[in-house]
Amino acid sequence: MLRKVTAAAAALVVSTTLAPLSTVVAAEVNPAVVFDMGGKFDKSFNEGVFNGVERFKKETGVEYREFEVTNETQREQALRRMAQRGANPVIGVGFAQAPALEKVAKEFPKTRFAIIDAVVDLPNVRSIVFKEHEGSFLVGMIAALKSETGKVGFVGGMDIPLIRKFACGYEQGAKYVSKDTEVVQNMTGTTPAAWNDPTRGSELAKSQFDRGVDVIYAAAGGTGVGVYQTAEDSGKLAIGVDSNQNYLHPGTMLTSMLKRVDVAAYKAFKDAHDDNWTSGIQVLGLAQDGVGWALDEYNKDLITNEMRAKVDQAAADIVAGVIDVHDYMASDSCSY
Amino acid sequence: MADLLLNLLLSFDATLRVATPLVFCAMAGLFSERSGVIDISLEGKMLAAAFAAASMAAVSGSAWLALGTGILVSICLALLHGFACITHRGDQVVSGVAINILVSGLTVVLGIAWFARGGQTPSVGPEARFTPITLPGAEALADVPVIGALYSELISGHNLLVYVAFAMVPLTWWVVYRTRFGLRLRAVGENPNAVDTAGISVARLRYTAVLCDGVLCGFAGTYLSIAQNAAFVREMTAGQGYIALAALIFGKWRPVPAMLACLMFGFLDAVAIRLQGVEVPVIGPIPVQLIQALPYVLTVVLLAGFIGRAVAPKAIGTPYVKER
Repeated sequence: MLRKVTAAAAALVVSTTLAPLSTVVAAEVNPAVVFDMGGKFDKSFNEGVFNGVERFKKETGVEYREFEVTNETQREQALRRMAQRGANPVIGVGFAQAPALEKVAKEFPKTRFAIIDAVVDLPNVRSIVFKEHEGSFLVGMIAALKSETGKVGFVGGMDIPLIRKFACGYEQGAKYVSKDTEVVQNMTGTTPAAWNDPTRGSELAKSQFDRGVDVIYAAAGGTGVGVYQTAEDSGKLAIGVDSNQNYLHPGTMLTSMLKRVDVAAYKAFKDAHDDNWTSGIQVLGLAQDGVGWALDEYNKDLITNEMRAKVDQAAADIVAGVIDVHDYMASDSCSY
Repeated sequence: MADLLLNLLLSFDATLRVATPLVFCAMAGLFSERSGVIDISLEGKMLAAAFAAASMAAVSGSAWLALGTGILVSICLALLHGFACITHRGDQVVSGVAINILVSGLTVVLGIAWFARGGQTPSVGPEARFTPITLPGAEALADVPVIGALYSELISGHNLLVYVAFAMVPLTWWVVYRTRFGLRLRAVGENPNAVDTAGISVARLRYTAVLCDGVLCGFAGTYLSIAQNAAFVREMTAGQGYIALAALIFGKWRPVPAMLACLMFGFLDAVAIRLQGVEVPVIGPIPVQLIQALPYVLTVVLLAGFIGRAVAPKAIGTPYVKER
């Protein structure tokens, strides 16, 4: 306890002494990023952020500090260490860092923080969240357009509202194509272990394929690896999530739902650099290019021009407000 | 009716796949625990083997080399466990837990260092995996009612390691109950003093037992990463080592009942997966949480009401000291 108090006191002293200093050199930002578990080369979320900050570095020539968290307890330490060293702004990656970032952001009110994929309601924090339901809507459409059986599947990771949001958007997209599309939904589990259980993911996928599903969208972290592999083994199709995962299984990966975390991270650094920083909540949807679907050399043979035209039209309609995709988290239910 | 039958058959099919690592681990634990060495590190050894096999498969592209590596790594950990609690008479539970924690961290660290994919290994192609084998005659028999479906759906079409796992059960039974080594193994777990008096080395017997344990855990891990899946994912064992241990106790440290317990856990898991999101008349869709609690609820009910007392080998958990 005593140690905690002294640490907090020390942190306060440091923050009050350093903060004016860092505002003096504000034009020269000293950005930092704390990657979450998985590391910056995780081929997914963290790597997206890494690409974004690398782009910033290349364009501006400003170096950034970084840390890769390898266990839960390091999050708070790492964020605090960055702030203590005068880093500004500091990006926290992933919703799991939200509690730690909230605590540290209160201790360093003059340091600017950004959190990706969560909301921390403090005056010095920029919270960047995504309209995953819009991106999921589009891949739901693609799934339904591609499906020959009229049945499409969804495998979620841990059963939390965020993942329900993916599922709900996906369902709406699939039903938008045809009211009769059947959407089979499964969640892997109710504990964080559900993010890393490819075996269960594979069994869930098998059971869905047995029920006639021929395209599965997995929003399940490491569990998705099992889903994609099973899709390839069974000669069916799968849809990736967060970053472009099409290259994992060319010919099997129908597309990927993209969350442009790279854009979010790049913008956070860039805005600080250009003195355009704003705190508060930023919601990135289709209109802001914050979400989307992946089309590259690995899946171009699976997507017909007709499908593409329909999806692009729907995307334009969503941006224009013609189609309103219901957000599960707005009402805690998927009634639309 | 035919639909229901097929569904049931598919559930049984999934049961075999899910139960395979459990069976390997339960047999592994049986060797070790029957000799008097508690093995809580089934989980860790399986995870390490899974990682080693997946890494080797990714690098060499050979499933057999991968299997060998998995077994080798698992044996090393088993020997470490033996060194701590047979040679140095350390606490067996502590050593086991230490191995689990060590492996859980080490696999991720090495995975990041070697492959830079956040602890995952690259997925390997079919040539570096144990892929399903169609047994002879499965195609021809498929149309024969009942037996044909049973043979072609349930028995045929698994990968080699599934068959090895179920072959291990009679083999383990034979070794433990019908060989001289087995007799001594059981004796050393019940009364090591008697074995020692007969002029047989307790330490040597126990080391042999943990070696068998290591080999079988190696199979289990390899199955997880390159037969059932195609890559290693951090913490991919997801507690199956502990479930296997529970199955072993459930089966009162005997091979066939332990296998049945594994099959029961596997079946409940398979049914849970298949029941999820299915509309049940009257109740409606079953919530995920309820389905997932089912295996554990049933375990408690069965343990309380039907299984009866499980009596562990008498000398389990106590390091052998020659003289006091």
